[in-house]
Amino acid sequence: MRHCNLHCVTTTKKKPPAPWVEKYRPKTIDDIVDQGEVVQVLRECLSGGDLPHLLFYGPPGTGKTSAILAAARQLFGDITRDRVLELNASDERGIQVVRDKVKAFAQLTVSSTRPDGRPCPPYKLVILDEADSMTNAAQAALRRTMERETRTTRFCLICNYVSRIIPPITSRCSKFRFKPLARDNVIKRLREICEAEGVDVGNGEILHQAVDTCEGDLRRALTALQCCQRLLGKITAEGLIEVTGLVPEKLVNEYLSVKNYSELERFIENFLKEAYSAFQLLDQLAMIVVNAGQLTNKQKCTLAVPLLWLTIIHNDQNISVEVSDNEVGAH
Amino acid sequence: MSLWVDKHRPRDLMKLDFHKDQAIRLKNLVQQSDFPHLLVYGPSGAGKKTRIMCLLRELYGSGVERLRQETMNFTTPSNKKIEIMTVSSNYHIEVNPTDVGIHDRVVIMDLVKNIAQTHQIDSSGQREFKVVILNEVDDLTKDAQHALRRTMEKYVATCRLILIANSISRVIPAIKSRCLTIRVPAPTESEIASVLHIVCKKEGLSLPSDLAIRIAKCADRNLRRALLMCEACKVQQYPFTADQKVSEPDWQLFIRDTASMILSEQSPKKLGDVRQKLYELIIHGVPPDMIFAGLLKELVLNCDMSMKSKIASYAAKYEHRMRLGNKPIFHLEAFVAKFMAIYKKSLEECIGDMF
Ligand SMILES: Nc1ncnc2c1ncn2[C@@H]1O[C@H](COP(=O)(O)OP(=O)(O)OP(=O)(O)O)[C@@H](O)[C@H]1O
Ligand SMILES: [Mg+2]
Repeated sequence: MRHCNLHCVTTTKKKPPAPWVEKYRPKTIDDIVDQGEVVQVLRECLSGGDLPHLLFYGPPGTGKTSAILAAARQLFGDITRDRVLELNASDERGIQVVRDKVKAFAQLTVSSTRPDGRPCPPYKLVILDEADSMTNAAQAALRRTMERETRTTRFCLICNYVSRIIPPITSRCSKFRFKPLARDNVIKRLREICEAEGVDVGNGEILHQAVDTCEGDLRRALTALQCCQRLLGKITAEGLIEVTGLVPEKLVNEYLSVKNYSELERFIENFLKEAYSAFQLLDQLAMIVVNAGQLTNKQKCTLAVPLLWLTIIHNDQNISVEVSDNEVGAH
Repeated sequence: MSLWVDKHRPRDLMKLDFHKDQAIRLKNLVQQSDFPHLLVYGPSGAGKKTRIMCLLRELYGSGVERLRQETMNFTTPSNKKIEIMTVSSNYHIEVNPTDVGIHDRVVIMDLVKNIAQTHQIDSSGQREFKVVILNEVDDLTKDAQHALRRTMEKYVATCRLILIANSISRVIPAIKSRCLTIRVPAPTESEIASVLHIVCKKEGLSLPSDLAIRIAKCADRNLRRALLMCEACKVQQYPFTADQKVSEPDWQLFIRDTASMILSEQSPKKLGDVRQKLYELIIHGVPPDMIFAGLLKELVLNCDMSMKSKIASYAAKYEHRMRLGNKPIFHLEAFVAKFMAIYKKSLEECIGDMF
């Protein structure tokens, strides 16, 4: 049952219906919103330049996977199947696989012409998506393969948390940070898609809200819009809050105005029975603290620090850097 | 003879007794085949599973109700053989990946790929995709959650996932960002009371409203528990009377007992007795986080505000540690010991103040 598939970036014939996020996944690198730096580098490769090893990192839904898939398709066209090996967290990627499969693939020799004689890049591409879930041992094995096979193989590693990648690898790659997408550009993209789907967005006010609720994650914004449309038949402010799992403002205020332990106990019991996410509440509270006009910076820090700790403990992940950057900016 | 909970489970989205608006919306959602993966979350007994089965019936017709149970075999990278129970129909398959503990990733990886790649031959104009239901996704290991990410995108055309969780707090952002999240709040007490009336009517029984309300209050907004309690009442005494005894679930009483033991004496010996009690609860399958919540609620009853918040934060701390480890008993006991220390000290200070 266990085998390691060679995943290919294929173009299927007639596509069964897929959610908007997949339907509108960028087909070429020019469709990628923002991320100018990366797009520029990829564009140069497309016009014949050499491709460095790449490391893409950044929060979910900012175009990392889309960018490399689009570039691969444009680079290799109909020979994508032979030239690209995509492995992600759902594939077995232990040290053994890196030693065997990846190495074997990397050692294949390739020519710089296609079967039909047209030119093509003289290398293969290994995409390791979601690389932050690879063990350090597997990464170390990967590093050796990377060193040895640079002549004919390029690697592209993708992850959310760059700190999970061992330094010998990061230092061999050109690193690109995918930033949360800029507001205006997300809105523009959402507007185009809504237009294509025949969805009425009125004066566009609602799109602003869609963007606010998903913090630069275009996938989340698109999913929210589509679901809202399908569930309610139209896109509304409350609908967006519900489908994105936000805690309604009314409840947040209720939480802030509890006066004693028994009230708190009652609030929390109800809050959890209503299935809201406590983590989400903390997140929203942190935002309120940061944006509160009437507090001094010092007060903000005192309040925000425990909130941040809770968030970090909870999430057990290195999101702290990002948040504290924002904090400093706000001061 | 089946229990009321199963016998009177609604099978059609439009026949669901509460959150009716949501049911209508779900019906709209699946009219077209381009909906995303779903992440359905809510406390236990809120009717998540019932809702999902109704949704599947809406998608595929009554064929999804012909269920079979099978065990599937997987092999881990280290060549360990693992087995897991599945429930499936021609259109869907359901598993509990947490049954295999830390090997959950292997199950998820292989299962989803297999299902997605054995493309359904579209004979009767059915849907182009199959559905995979994964239970308890909030308890999946981080590895397993990561394994879902790209898989979810890649196979979305041929395989839709329905993920079920009690809370989305512990689901990683990358997964949330790939799903439509559907919140299923626990039914309110009055919603529970009205379901009890409906069920009793179907059984040809007359249920006094006062009794219905008392059962609903006892059930802690858990519909399954309410129905079980109501059926137990019927066994104890019928015709019903408004003031008949409603027995609380055993384990709730048991936790309360344990709490009063802790309050009665704070000593190493007592701690030993309490440990026995905790073991018993765990052996009987009471989820450790419910033991924490139950104990906390009882223990802080007599405490002042500053002690309450202190104890609550310790409970949170030990509960968090418990989730990182895999021996709940240690963390429960550590919490009890901590509580005893704090409580005893405050009692002594109190007495000291009197002199
Ligand atoms: N920069 C972008 N330009 C255009 N579309 C985007 C962009 N970022 C995200 N999207 C939309 O969101 C979807 C998901 O993006 P993608 O798979 O590239 O995210 P990702 O960065 O790989 O996220 P993750 O870290 O969760 O894997 C795409 O199918 C596309 O519809
Ligand atoms: Mg990705």
